[in-house]
Amino acid sequence: MHFKREFDFVKLSKSAFIFSIVLTIAGIIALAAFGLNYGVDFRAGSNVDVKLSKNVTAEEIQPVLNAIGVAKEDAHITPGDNRVNIRFTKVLKEDQDEKLKSEILKLDKNASFEINTVDPEMAKELGRNAIYAVLISCIGIIIYVSIRFEWRFALAAIVALLHDAFMVVAIFSIFRLEVSLTFIVAVLTIIGYSINDTIVIFDRIRENLRFGKQKTREDLAKLLNHSVNQMLMRSLYTAFTVFIAAFFLFLFGGESIKMFSLAMVIGLIFGAYSSIFIASPLWLLFKYKQKPNRKAAKPSKA
Amino acid sequence: MKRIATFIIVVLVAAGIMAWSTPGLLNGVRLGLDLKGGFEILYEASPLEAGQKITKQSLTRTAESLEKRANALGTSEPEVTTEGTNRIRLKIAGVTNEAEVRKKMKEPASLTFRSAEGCKAPAENAQPKDIYCKVELVGSDFVENGASVGYDQLNQPVIDIKVKDKKKFADVTKRLIGQNLAIFLDDNMLSDPTVRQELTDGKAQISGSYSIEEAKQIRDTINLGALPLKLTEKYSQSVGATLGKQSLQKTIEAGIIGSIVILIFMIAMYRLPGIIASFGLIVHTWLLILVFVWADFTLTLPGVAAFILGIGMAVDANIITNERIREEIRNGRSVTSAVKAGNKSSFRTILDSNITTIIVGAVMFAFGTGAVKGFALVLIVEIVLSILTNVYLTHFLLSLLVKGELLKKPKQFGVKESEINAL
Repeated sequence: MHFKREFDFVKLSKSAFIFSIVLTIAGIIALAAFGLNYGVDFRAGSNVDVKLSKNVTAEEIQPVLNAIGVAKEDAHITPGDNRVNIRFTKVLKEDQDEKLKSEILKLDKNASFEINTVDPEMAKELGRNAIYAVLISCIGIIIYVSIRFEWRFALAAIVALLHDAFMVVAIFSIFRLEVSLTFIVAVLTIIGYSINDTIVIFDRIRENLRFGKQKTREDLAKLLNHSVNQMLMRSLYTAFTVFIAAFFLFLFGGESIKMFSLAMVIGLIFGAYSSIFIASPLWLLFKYKQKPNRKAAKPSKA
Repeated sequence: MKRIATFIIVVLVAAGIMAWSTPGLLNGVRLGLDLKGGFEILYEASPLEAGQKITKQSLTRTAESLEKRANALGTSEPEVTTEGTNRIRLKIAGVTNEAEVRKKMKEPASLTFRSAEGCKAPAENAQPKDIYCKVELVGSDFVENGASVGYDQLNQPVIDIKVKDKKKFADVTKRLIGQNLAIFLDDNMLSDPTVRQELTDGKAQISGSYSIEEAKQIRDTINLGALPLKLTEKYSQSVGATLGKQSLQKTIEAGIIGSIVILIFMIAMYRLPGIIASFGLIVHTWLLILVFVWADFTLTLPGVAAFILGIGMAVDANIITNERIREEIRNGRSVTSAVKAGNKSSFRTILDSNITTIIVGAVMFAFGTGAVKGFALVLIVEIVLSILTNVYLTHFLLSLLVKGELLKKPKQFGVKESEINAL
């Protein structure tokens, strides 16, 4: 496939900016209003996943909880296909742990367990660590990209990267999807992918900048459009293949990485989108502002 | 012809090595707890007595003792790591008696000196722990790490112990002259020598007919028990082996389906160069497994995810190269010169974009814990290998085919004649 026509990405970016700003505001509102649906990694309590050889109902499990002395409102039972998930709002004590296992084994002797327990202190720390990791990554990226390219590219790339990370967080907040430790891993990967994707396009802009002098905003916009168009097929193909990998993981992967893959799928779409519609036009904006001898061309509010 | 021969030899030899070694390698990959079942506990260490400080050394020593203790319980390959200033992460795979292990791990084996003073007259066949009911000295009375192996006059191995407070020991021994002072490790009696005189130098000796190995083992156990850190469970995760296996199988199946779709896409899109790219991707995956086995890394579920996603990212390197070559052909270059130029300029693009991703991975590795760390490690290793295989190897193979004149038409790169602009 090869497009004969060139798309005007600079023009399209205005709608993209509006779209992203609206989504960002929606995300901020959602986060402020409901926060995130934290999984057990972020909330004190125990999460018990049991694989069974038959289907059980919540009613069958309830007596087990009574037996270990957990009140009905302190546990949430979600039966599934040959499995059951029990979420406790309090951390199970060791003897409760053992009792629970032996009681469920009475129901089904082939049961297999996955029990996770987290101290709220630990959870807060995990979240803090993740935010530090993102900020420190940003500094690392700024230094490297400033050396290899220039600071305007670095700044635009960082904005795009934070945009992608925030979009995933926002969507998880809006749709009340569960956030676990692997969600952090997913967001960090999205950041890695986003920067990778952006740099490939920036590399082409850098290359094209070497030929000819761009004086006006029009010249720069034309160069940017041309560069993005040159990389368009690559961006689409790459986004497609990485998307396939994440999508199949989401579709067929194990239960524990389902949410991870979903975050990846969403992040990948935003990653590819932001490289073209956010990072590149932003660079143009920074670059144009810097030129003192701008002609009284069309005022840009992009 | 020589180049075609080189190409064929390289591909055949690589394919042969991969086919021959893969089954063995796959068995050699160390799986994490989430994949093979087991449990993980994160301990927070605190000083036994208020006011004491946790040092790096005492934390490391506690971790070492935990490991020894886990080994002593007969668990397979326990993994113990220290984290931060006061945490220890313990991973034990394939344990059936989880409750017991957990209990044993938490309570340090403690050395006590006990006497029978004031105890009830022992029953006929009473256990030693019932006979000696009064505890005279406890673990913290002994010098930390103070047990050592020595020899008595008969050249029999003995274990020397040092008591912190000489006076206290002197008082105890003075009081018990003529009686037995039993030495217990947890509830097991090691020996019960009779006190002959008051001991003022603060030294005690455990003798018995020990072999040197046994003596060393007892010394280690005592030193473990004498550690000054208290451990509290902060976090625990336990995974049944079946659940873990099921996750792994599903994830691998998902990965294989995804990979096949990607390979078909590459070949359909780029023809012969697409086949070379696919070959590069397969070598890349094989090398990754090889690194895992050689470096003895542990593969966890997030690691598998990084692994599969990394394949997607490695494809990017091939796409960038091939798109670049197409572009050069469209601009009117000959196939030979287009491949040369395409390889060269795509290399810089790939390097810059991959290094930025490595920076992100390195930060995750440095700041992450547990799952995040495992994920970052796979990502970094994968990117480095991707540069080797999907840049150097595929570029090399492509050049061989071009120079050997097997690839000489723009059509073979998926470029139509009509798209080529005359120079």
